[in-house]
Amino acid sequence: MAQLDLLSTSRGPDVTRLALIGVGLIVFVALAAAPFWAGRADLRLLMEALSFLALAQMWNLLAGYTGLISVGQQAYVGLGGYLFFALAMFAGIPVLWAIPLAAIAAGIIAIPTGWIAFRLQGAYFAIGTWVIAEVFRLIAAQFPALGGGSGISLPVALARSIAETRGGREMVMYYIAFVLAAGAVLAVWLLLRSRWGLALTAIRDSEPAAASLGVNIRRVKFFVYVGTAMGTALTGAFIFLQKLRITPEAAFSVTEWSTFVIFIVVIGGLGTIEGPIIGVILFFLLRDLAADLGTWYLIGLGALAIAVMLIDRRGIWGAFRARGLPTLFVTQRTLK
Amino acid sequence: MEWINVLVQGVLLGGLYALFAAGLSLMFGVMRFINIAHGDFIVVAAYLMLVMVLTLGLHPVIGIGLVVILMGCAGYLGQRFLLNRVLDEDILPPVLVTFGLSIIIQNSLLETFSADSQRVPSGDFATASLRVSDELAVGVLPLAMFLAAVGVIGVLQFIFYRTALGRLLRATSDDPEIVPLMGANNSHIFALATALASGVVAIAGTMLAMKTNFDPTIGPSRLLFAFEAVIIGGMGNIWGTLAGGIILGVAQAIGAQIDAGYQILAGHLAFLAVLIVRPKGLFAKAKG
Repeated sequence: MAQLDLLSTSRGPDVTRLALIGVGLIVFVALAAAPFWAGRADLRLLMEALSFLALAQMWNLLAGYTGLISVGQQAYVGLGGYLFFALAMFAGIPVLWAIPLAAIAAGIIAIPTGWIAFRLQGAYFAIGTWVIAEVFRLIAAQFPALGGGSGISLPVALARSIAETRGGREMVMYYIAFVLAAGAVLAVWLLLRSRWGLALTAIRDSEPAAASLGVNIRRVKFFVYVGTAMGTALTGAFIFLQKLRITPEAAFSVTEWSTFVIFIVVIGGLGTIEGPIIGVILFFLLRDLAADLGTWYLIGLGALAIAVMLIDRRGIWGAFRARGLPTLFVTQRTLK
Repeated sequence: MEWINVLVQGVLLGGLYALFAAGLSLMFGVMRFINIAHGDFIVVAAYLMLVMVLTLGLHPVIGIGLVVILMGCAGYLGQRFLLNRVLDEDILPPVLVTFGLSIIIQNSLLETFSADSQRVPSGDFATASLRVSDELAVGVLPLAMFLAAVGVIGVLQFIFYRTALGRLLRATSDDPEIVPLMGANNSHIFALATALASGVVAIAGTMLAMKTNFDPTIGPSRLLFAFEAVIIGGMGNIWGTLAGGIILGVAQAIGAQIDAGYQILAGHLAFLAVLIVRPKGLFAKAKG
């Protein structure tokens, strides 16, 4: 007799899956040990890639599971960065504490912001979030204490307070990036395997069906919106600690924090945990190869995103999975 | 008197915003789809105008006509062969494809025309003004643009409610699944709607080119203005869109009067205020 076993999870061909897990573990260990084998430049590149992975996982959770297509997540990258600078410079909070506090403050701001943004649906929501990000950018430029339109640098003494030596600082910074990225992947995975994940997956598959089974769609979406805002702001605070300088243009850049992140997720595979990982690897490989091409690189990226939508909108990972590749991060439950 | 001047400038600016909005609103009305590259299309029209007038040395009126025809054809083909392929219930593919187009257009313009700020000269017309009183003068060019905007919106209203094409567009807007049963071809209708919207975009872009300086990066903010005018006015009401554009223009003019840094912010805040108080817009048509 068929019975619904909620604890068992789907399994692909065991050998391929074990190989995938093996590769995943090797990459994880290599990344965890990166400060001991990578040079200074490589470490910087890895930090940037890990930050983008964290941002991509947040956008993927928002868009891939709740269907909230936001073009305005730069609002929270910038907010995280600016709140971090304000807390560290003016409230005298230790640098490493200011990062999570900035994320919590951004989460509090995300509540009324989300309340306004949720008045718009679908594509209107997308552009509405963009307007809100612009409002944040224009307001940030109006604070003379934070450098106004021309921005501000983090005082050297504050950067020194992380660690005395340059090597020590780089080590600490790298592990923050590593924990951010690994934490984002783990958090999304655990969330999707929980009761909440069941609701999220139901919403992704069919909103009317989920609603008819008692899922409070609006509330779930709102929590995810605020949660991803906090995750995005946490990453934003770290990014601008690493850059040591913040300007309204850089902090609220739509190209950097929305376009690139969205392309990473969609090209890799929306609505999967592996997709953003594939997307980040591809994005940084392409950027490395095409660094000298400037605008042509961006044109190519735009064309690639369009091509994915025309050829297979599930993205690279989605297309492979449909052809029988097993998942690495299992979140489905199957009927036995 | 100073404030009356601000008000007049705001209203005139609002006419241009209403033109930006009309094309966006038309495409959303018929196809339920938002073109993220809308602002970049406006900028493309501005650059086409630049080529017509400066490179080819054509008269501005002929230039406008040619840009409208070019953009209309490009709109038809783009919809028919690219956008129609990604239109369905899922909103992500059209958002992403037009997002990709936006990046491609901005960077292609940058590659072709450089990042320098450009402007299309419109001769004495640009600086001539009508004196209303000692302290109030209205520029001829802004006034002509405002009247043209009202004219274009009037023509759109006429097409929508008095012609066979308008009936097809309205029917498709009401129920895209029934219309093909009556023998119509949806992908052709969608392409016609986009062609019409692109014609309006072309007029908006050529006016932008004559009114202010532009460069390849200003598209996204034009998209936001267009979007705000549509939402303030209420969806599905084209005269409401004109009113929305005017409200946005006046808000920006008032902001600019207080402090130059507040112009754009004041417009955004007016939009958010309308969204909070009346999320369906000020002049939304009652449905149902």
